[in-house]
Amino acid sequence: MAVIEAAGLTKHFLARRGIFGGERGVVRAVDGISFTIEAGRTLGVVGESGCGKTTTAKLVLGLEDPTGGTILFEGRDLQGLDTAGRRLYRRSVQAVFQDPYASLNPRMRVDTIIAEPLVTNQALAATEVRGRVLHLLDLVGLPARAADLFPHEFSGGQRQRIAIARALALSPKLIVLDEPVSALDVSIRAQILNLLRDLQAELGLSYLFIAHDLAAVAHMSHTIVVMYLGKIVESGDARTLARTPKHPYTEALFSAALPSHPDERREEIILSGEVPSPLNPPSGCRFHPRCPHAMPSCAEQEPALADIEGRLVACHLYDTDEHRAPIRIAAGASPVS
Amino acid sequence: MSNSIPSSASYEPTGQGLPVKTGPLLEIENLSTHYISAGGTRVVRAVDQVSLRINAGETLGIVGESGSGKSTLALTILRVLPPAARIVEGRMLFEGQDLVQKSDNEMRHIRGKRIAMILQDPMASLNPLFTIGDQVAEPMRVHEGVARATAWRRARELLKSVRIPSPETRVTQYPHEMSGGMRQRIVGAIGISCEPRLLIADEPTTSLDLTIQAQYLNLLRELQRERGLALIFITHNLGIVAKMCDQLAVMYAGRVVESGPVSRIFNAPIHPYTEALLNSIPRMSDSAQRLTAIEGQPPDLAALPPGCAFAPRCVRAFDRCRVEAPPELGLRERRTARCWLASSDSIPSDMLVQSSTA
Repeated sequence: MAVIEAAGLTKHFLARRGIFGGERGVVRAVDGISFTIEAGRTLGVVGESGCGKTTTAKLVLGLEDPTGGTILFEGRDLQGLDTAGRRLYRRSVQAVFQDPYASLNPRMRVDTIIAEPLVTNQALAATEVRGRVLHLLDLVGLPARAADLFPHEFSGGQRQRIAIARALALSPKLIVLDEPVSALDVSIRAQILNLLRDLQAELGLSYLFIAHDLAAVAHMSHTIVVMYLGKIVESGDARTLARTPKHPYTEALFSAALPSHPDERREEIILSGEVPSPLNPPSGCRFHPRCPHAMPSCAEQEPALADIEGRLVACHLYDTDEHRAPIRIAAGASPVS
Repeated sequence: MSNSIPSSASYEPTGQGLPVKTGPLLEIENLSTHYISAGGTRVVRAVDQVSLRINAGETLGIVGESGSGKSTLALTILRVLPPAARIVEGRMLFEGQDLVQKSDNEMRHIRGKRIAMILQDPMASLNPLFTIGDQVAEPMRVHEGVARATAWRRARELLKSVRIPSPETRVTQYPHEMSGGMRQRIVGAIGISCEPRLLIADEPTTSLDLTIQAQYLNLLRELQRERGLALIFITHNLGIVAKMCDQLAVMYAGRVVESGPVSRIFNAPIHPYTEALLNSIPRMSDSAQRLTAIEGQPPDLAALPPGCAFAPRCVRAFDRCRVEAPPELGLRERRTARCWLASSDSIPSDMLVQSSTA
């Protein structure tokens, strides 16, 4: 069953006017994206800065209201929820952020930090709360004595465990993980990633996993969504997508990921230029100015997401009826005309 | 002074800058940098008995977690340590001269000219109040006494060589008018402006997006090839090492626990820490498997355990590891390891060359 179903989800921000007025711009941070997060599964979102992945996370968390489209939570539209329904939703969807040094209050003891969501949301006796806190600490692999300490007494990895324990306090259905390991030491990252996978298996949690590290996303996710300038360019099964990317942007992105071994040799596609401003995205396919395969039609017509061999891809290269693979062009070669 | 400057502004290797082939460009021997508290009561051994070598044109990766001493090592090489830090022992032979013995004034002529550094955050390395042209031209004006107009002309060419589009207009702009990738390329241009022999890059791409990171790493590699630069990459990212480096030094708690050629270490790590680190990274190909995590936490440098600092987290530690710190062992193929296991039967005897108790 789907925990979250987003359809045509859109978030436009109005850009501030300059001191002398003038045209008011619209930042199309998220522009009509659709995705599903199934129960007990992980949806990974990848893309570079400005692609809209953090805005997507905020929309799912209910921290921003969409300007278009719908989010269904267990089949019910979020927009139509009353106060009680909204409350239940906020309890069911929790978050773990990147920096455990910023996300934990330094003046609160660990048991107060973890118990805070319990106290504000449920009427529980003090002993019951304490029992839940100790259980949660045990779940994330921290000793019971951690409850009486302050955050500064813990290392980065342990703090992230505390943040995870707090997110688990209300037995949520979905946890939004926004770069959960990138602030941690390399030798600690595997501990946290393993813990998240164990908790998912044990508690049947769903994750929305956002990270720059493509190997970590591929490792954690069942499905991956690739975003570019507010649009989904490709989505599908995590392992097949990582192994055989179809959209030229996905291909370039995964080829830019660092190798895990010095003997690993692969075709490297170096994209020219940088991500354009979402204030003024390119016409047609938003990726066409940087695309090594761009054709004249790419600048005019926006490609729609289409089912290509069990995957969704938005690219004119697959417009032909047979859906054959595009001709590979090495980096630096002239674009196809 | 001006006659020492190549008359053409071309940035082909001039010949005069090429090193004489007389051994390594930089040789660090038994170097220790400690942070000492005001009363002298607390000593943090940030860099402890480190020996390293880098040849001209080579790329050395120094890998470690936060607190492993890798950044202090870079600051030591450049002699820009904070007041509490002391170089307590060792030598740093750069082009045959010991940098530890140089006066501050002598170091000023080496820093930015013979050895340059690129830092992690380009916005912190650039002055927001000066134009890009001024900042790229500054090292040439200071170190080579070039006239402003000449320095600016060379600045434009440098911007072109780091692939900044329309350098003519960019030189008159300020850092806030550039994207993150462009700023980092400008910092790179400043780094190579006086044709240094050694460039130290401390986490140069952590603030960049993936496709921009790939552009930047390729640019660094091209610059290195064109100019015969030696590069030291300081990073926590083994992927960067796999992509860019020839030689690798792994640091843990202030010490180099293993060093040698990158592909040798990746294929057959000797130190259990290196091995565990390599096994703990997620790989694109095998996402089904559980990661092999390293249990425990990195140690507190002010309160190191007796013996090997990694012993409390090491799956192969035995009694001796907890009592006595292993010496650095020199092995074949420029490899070293600081582990009792390396001196026992687990290493084929033909790999052993000599043992040094440095």
